[in-house]
This record gives sequence, C-alpha cells and structure tokens, in this order.
Amino acid sequence: MPITTDRFWLWLAAACYLTGLLLGTIAILRKRQHSRGLMYLIVVAGYSFQTAGLYLRGMEVRGCPLGNHFEILQFTGWSATTLYLLIGATFRVSLLGYFTSALSAALAVVSLSVPMWDATRRVGIFGGNAWIEFHAALALFSYGVFALLALTSILFLLRHSSLKNKRLNGAFAFLPPIVDLDHISLRLLIAGVLLLAASLVVGSVWWLRDLHVVNVSKITVTAGIWVAYALALTLRLRGVLLPKRLAWVCVTLFAAALLSLGPVDASRNPAPNSKTIVSVRGK
Amino acid sequence: MSSSTPDTTPSLFVIGANHHTAPLEVREKLALTADRMAAFQAVVERIKGLHELTVLNTCNRVEFYGVAENPAVIDRLQAEFCAACSLPTTLLAEVRLYAEGSEAIAHLVAVASGLESQMLGENEIFGQVKTAYQTAQDRKTVGPVLNRVFQKAFQGAKYVRTHTAITVGQVSVANVAVDLPLNIFGDLRNARVLLLGAGDIGEKTAVAFQSRGVESLTVASSTLAKAMELATRYNAAALPFEHVPVHLHEFDIVVCSTAAPTAVVTHFAVTTALRRRPSQPLFFIDLALPRDVEPEVAKLENAFVYNLDDLARIAEDNRAAREAEVNKARSIVSERAQAIWRQLALPSSRTSDQTALPGRTLGTPSSVSDLSSRATGA
Repeated sequence: MPITTDRFWLWLAAACYLTGLLLGTIAILRKRQHSRGLMYLIVVAGYSFQTAGLYLRGMEVRGCPLGNHFEILQFTGWSATTLYLLIGATFRVSLLGYFTSALSAALAVVSLSVPMWDATRRVGIFGGNAWIEFHAALALFSYGVFALLALTSILFLLRHSSLKNKRLNGAFAFLPPIVDLDHISLRLLIAGVLLLAASLVVGSVWWLRDLHVVNVSKITVTAGIWVAYALALTLRLRGVLLPKRLAWVCVTLFAAALLSLGPVDASRNPAPNSKTIVSVRGK
Repeated sequence: MSSSTPDTTPSLFVIGANHHTAPLEVREKLALTADRMAAFQAVVERIKGLHELTVLNTCNRVEFYGVAENPAVIDRLQAEFCAACSLPTTLLAEVRLYAEGSEAIAHLVAVASGLESQMLGENEIFGQVKTAYQTAQDRKTVGPVLNRVFQKAFQGAKYVRTHTAITVGQVSVANVAVDLPLNIFGDLRNARVLLLGAGDIGEKTAVAFQSRGVESLTVASSTLAKAMELATRYNAAALPFEHVPVHLHEFDIVVCSTAAPTAVVTHFAVTTALRRRPSQPLFFIDLALPRDVEPEVAKLENAFVYNLDDLARIAEDNRAAREAEVNKARSIVSERAQAIWRQLALPSSRTSDQTALPGRTLGTPSSVSDLSSRATGA
C-alpha cells in the first residue's frame, strides 16, 4: 500500500491503537499499572497518523471526510482521541488512555475491515457550504465526546461494582476513584450536549432557509439523541438520576447513537453539486 | 564464623539479629538504645582492622554491615556488642545472623526492599536503612566498599519495589480501613469524616485520617463529654449522638466503633441522608462488633459499607498478593547482589559457594584505613 494513500496512514494509526490496547491488556493481566506516559505517547502517535490519513481523505473529497460509514467511524474515533489528548493529561484518570486506545482501535479496525463501507466516496457532499460542513463536523465531534463519556461511564460502572462487591485487587486496583469519574462524566456530558446543541443550531439556520433540503429521519434521530442526553443531564443535575444510572444511560445512549449513524448516513440527501466515486481500493 | 584461620583479605560481612532469628524477649535485650549506641560506636571505632561499619538498628533488627580485615575483628565486634548490651556472647551466637560477600549484599538489598520485614513490603525500612547509612557517613565510618554497596543496594531495593507487587495494597486492617475511602473520594483533604464512638479505635482512626490529610473531623459518642474530649485533642468537632441521624448527610465517611448492642446507623436514616445528597456517595467503615450499621444499608445504591470481616479479607488478599511476588523479588535481589559484588571485585574470603575474583581487590589492608583513623581524618 503506497504511503500516499489515506488508508495507509489510517492502518498505521490502527496499529498504534492496537499496540496501546495490547500493552494495557498485558499490564492488567500481570496486575501491573501500565506506564501512563507510554500510553499517552502511543495514542499521540496513533492520533498523528489518523490526522494525516483524514487530512489526505479530506483533500480527496474536498471537505470534512464524513461521506460514508468508514469516514464517520474514523472521524468519531479521531474526535474521542482529540478529547482524550486534551483532557487526559489534566484529569490523570488511570486506564482512560487504555480505554481510549481500545475504543479507537475498535473503531479503526472495524471501519478498515469492511471494504463495503468505503466503497463509495462522496465528493463535495456539503456543496461548498462551510456552515453545513461545520454543523456536520460539530455533530460528529460531539459524538466523540459521547464516546469518551461512554468510556468514563464504563470505568465508573466497573469501579462501582468493585466497591459494592468488595473486589479491590488486581485490575480493579488501577481504577480511578468513583467521585472523580462521576465529575469527569458530568463535565463530558455538559460538553457533549452543548456541542451537539451548537451543531443543531448551526444546521437549523440553513434548514429554515430551505425546508425541502431537510432530511426528516436524520434530523429526528439527531435531535432525539440530543434530547435524550439533555434530559439525562437535567435529571442528573436535579439529583433524580443517580451517578450509577447515569453511567448506564450514557453507555446505552452512545451505543444507540453509534447504531443510528448508519441509517442517518444512508438517508442523506446529496448536495446539488456533489458526486459519488466508487472506489476500486474500497472494493 | 570461624576465626581460626588468619586471613589478610578484608571481607564484607553482615552480622546481627532480627525478628527471623531472635524472639522478642531476646531482641529486647539486643536493642541498642541511644546511650548504648553512642558508647558502642565509640568503642567499635577503635577496633583495629575494622575498616568500615554501618549499624542498622530498628525495632525488629540490629545488624552490623562492615568490612573487616580478618575474622578476629568480627569476633571482637561481636564481643563489644554483647558487652554493650550486657549479654553473654553465647546468647548472640544462638540467634546470630551472619553472611559474607554477595550474600551480605543480598541481605541488605532484601532488607531495604522490605522483603525481610515483619510486614512484607512495608516502606518504613527503606528510610531506616538510609538513615543508618547517613549516620555512618556522618561518623565517617563508611568507605569505598560500603559507600558503593549501600548506594547500589538502594537502587536495587527501589527496582524491586517498583518492578514487583510486594508493596501493593495495605496489609493491616487499620490501614485498609483508612485507605479504602481513597477508592471513592480520591483526595481525602475535602472529605468530611464522622467518628461514631470515642474509644481507642475512634482515636486511632482519627489519627490515621488526619495523617492522610483529612481536615474536617467530627466525633459523636453516647457520652458527649468523651466526644468533646477526643474532639479537643484532635482539633475536631463534637456532635451529640442523638443528632447524628439529622446531620448524617453532611458527612462523606462515617467510621463506626461504638459498643452499642444494636445497630445505631439505620436503613431509614441513611436513606433519608442520601436523599439530601443524591449524587454524593456515603461510605461507612463499621469497626464495631456487634455491627453498628444495619446490613440493609449496603444495598442502597450510593452507600458503601465495609465491616471488620471485609477489611480483614482485603488485608489478607493484599498479603497473599504480596507473598506471590516474593520469589520474583528474591530473584531480582540475587541478581542485583551478584552484580554489585562483581563491581566491587572484592573476593569472598570464606564463603565456599562464591568464587574469589582474581586480579583486583578493593580495600586491601594497605589501602583502607581503620575506622579510628578515618574518623579522625587521618
């Protein structure tokens, strides 16, 4: 595979994330704390390669690469990793790097392993409209935030279970304190809701100008996800939704959001001047 | 130790007694108090042929690490030690620990690692060994051999402690109890702690929590005067016992150690408290027997209850996990000791299983001064 292709760099990124996943798993099986610095470096390397790959793809499709399932999954993983790199060092949450590696590796490998998802590439899907492109990028970035939220929620559930069942040794010893995880999850939830809200606001400006371009199923699913997360946030802030239940809700909602990407993408109305390329490499 | 064969090659040795070799009643007699230590040091520094010496004197061990010109010097050191402790030399001979060469180095690395400690993997011993070495440096009783041995031993001990799990997890019930909240709150500085019971356990817990940075401590006891007394002693607040249910929501950690015949923390009181702090967990450490916290409290989503059995089991699990690492740690100790020994190139004078290194010796009698001359700067 020539190094000038985006998929080469994206495979390299996947290899880095897989390395992080492997090293973290070995450390946990050996009941050792993996080196947080090394994990951070591995994720940085993977992120750099992924950025290079997505940049090349973006140049090819003349815009943010969000034109098919493959690109959407790659962009979601990239967004989650961006956030980890931004907040991971600040929060110093044990195992978050490992879990980010796991998520990014899963999204990268799955998206790269299904050629059909990248068989069709759409060029200029935003019709040269920077605001629509910004709306789409913001929406996908908020999915990245929700991805990281799902990870911290899983960590929370593991820690909660270990404390309730009084199993504090082995891998459980490396889990962060439950209160820290709750605080981080709450901040991520607020950030995700605000980002998705901003995305919907930007998109709605254009939809209101030209209602017939609105894809009803897409806007319904996206607004539904935003409402669900916003409701969860409200209930959490009002003390109705306890941290453990919030964690379950966040994991479930992210799974639903991820599953909804397919139908939403498939029902997309093409932009007037967009074109579809059937990729030989993707076949 | 045989002293019949004259030997002019200085040997690195360790001699002494510790909790593995001597029972408590003997260790009590061997303990070097400050007065004894000063007198003993003054005497041994005058022993001719004793080139270097470091004394490790803790509650569980008295060990002398030294470089001696010949076995007679070590015999003399033993005799002076027994004289300082007013003990017959035969008693020390019965409980004596003795090793030479790389075995002495291995023992030092193992001691500094916490492998030889009564509580496997404890941290305090590392500092005690460092202090012993520092004291010897101040007294100028260490030279080229012990300087290198101790510095390399510290590196080896650090390696053992970071590359094995012998220090992971608390192994005493008391430490497990005060470390458990870290799993929930992380930083304890802002945690509000309520001690239910002002007895001995309550007091020890207060000390332990304050040592971990807890600033907000409140004591409640069925006898308010006792609560106030303890609170005054530890700069804490006192709370009348009957007010506890009303104020329960104000605390993050509740340590129960009352002598009440029935539970004093009820399911109803905790449910009410949790309603007033829905997103914040409430952690109970129940050290009382019979238990102070109703068992149903543990079923509440945001309440975590640990009783004596739980703490004992966690301590035991941690101990077992540490034990499982001992062989690996000893293997590292052995490798490190051999490496240090090779770097020293100091031949073992009497240990049969060690090969004397040819060609080069450190600390030959002509090149190493006695302690007396070193101490006076000669």
